[in-house]
Amino acid sequence: MSCSRRKLLKSAMTATLAASLPISAFRFLSPAECRAATGTEGTRWVFLIDTNKCVGCGFCVKACKKENEIPYDAPVTRTWVERYVVTEDRKTHIDSPMGGRDGFIDPKIRGEELVDPENIAKTFFVPKLCNQCDNPPCVQVCPVGATYQTGDGVTLVDREWCIGCGYCIMACPYGVRFFHPVHRVADKCTFCYHLISKGRQTACVDACPFGARRIGNLLDQDDPVTRIIMTERVAVLKDEYGTKPQAFYLGLDRNVR
Amino acid sequence: MKNHVLRPLWIVLAVIILILTARHFMVPNNFGVHGEGFTYNFHRLSNVEEWRNFKVKYQGREYCRDCHDANVESSAGSKHGAIQCENCHGPAIDHPDDPETLDIDTGRELCLRCHAALPYPDNPRARIISIDGDLHNPDTDCIECHDPHNPDLEEG
Repeated sequence: MSCSRRKLLKSAMTATLAASLPISAFRFLSPAECRAATGTEGTRWVFLIDTNKCVGCGFCVKACKKENEIPYDAPVTRTWVERYVVTEDRKTHIDSPMGGRDGFIDPKIRGEELVDPENIAKTFFVPKLCNQCDNPPCVQVCPVGATYQTGDGVTLVDREWCIGCGYCIMACPYGVRFFHPVHRVADKCTFCYHLISKGRQTACVDACPFGARRIGNLLDQDDPVTRIIMTERVAVLKDEYGTKPQAFYLGLDRNVR
Repeated sequence: MKNHVLRPLWIVLAVIILILTARHFMVPNNFGVHGEGFTYNFHRLSNVEEWRNFKVKYQGREYCRDCHDANVESSAGSKHGAIQCENCHGPAIDHPDDPETLDIDTGRELCLRCHAALPYPDNPRARIISIDGDLHNPDTDCIECHDPHNPDLEEG
């Protein structure tokens, strides 16, 4: 059988076009979307923070520290609340005294800078915690396999196995990891794994009197948190890093990084 | 083959065997890839269970209700109804066995977390009745006059 070069190129081109057409008709789904669409049983813990509701009382930080045995007076915390005061001259004043553990009772920013109330354009409090990323950079850099992602999407640290090298603390773009002063290992928010696996809510969610923090299962279509994430306009922090963060924010301001 | 070639080879082989033997005893047998891939799921499997068994400290309102149902009811119906008992009373842990009594935070700073006046009219905080902590009876505990379980001044 003979085949001219022209004919071969022509048929190869046709075959490529024909093969690529049906592929373009499909959308690429992430494994999580796939699981949710097929209705397979599963859990993917996500967090929802409504910055429109937070008043900066700091009960979440206090509860987190006590529940998770984080030294109360050490300058480390798994979750914290930031205060943003944006003035009319478009300057942003940010502080988080002791991570907001004792609330914000002083109008002075960082205890020294008093912003003229007449000059304030907008103010808000932003609670932060581990984003439990789908692509956690902190896990990728661990040289010993001491940090990992569980099947339900929570990134944990193995305290027996961590050598305390601190790579993960440097790798997290959100700065949620720290060195635990007692256990001498890397530490981070676990979404209160011991509580959520018992069907309870995290300590910070329970402690929040204003409903600013909520936790839910993204793979459960009927979960109220999932409904909000699917139907309302939510934002995530530092989307451009490609970490696929799973802490979603309502009412996030562009000043928040 | 000549001896000077073989000798280092034996040493290298011995070192490899030594490392493998040490690894066999030092690495737990449930250490490996558990889940979707090596990148995120290379770990010691039993650690997941260790985190699940972490000691619970905050027991929640329903735990308090078992004994203190009158107090839980009265505060749940008040303006402070959204605040968990343990936010002020401290984590219950294994109360009443351990600790026998809870360390209740009755300080002004606790109330001021929400009720300190901040000049933020657009903030949800503005909807909460607030005072200037330095001017409003600065030397008195709030609970001397206000009942935290029923803070409504008109009823109280």
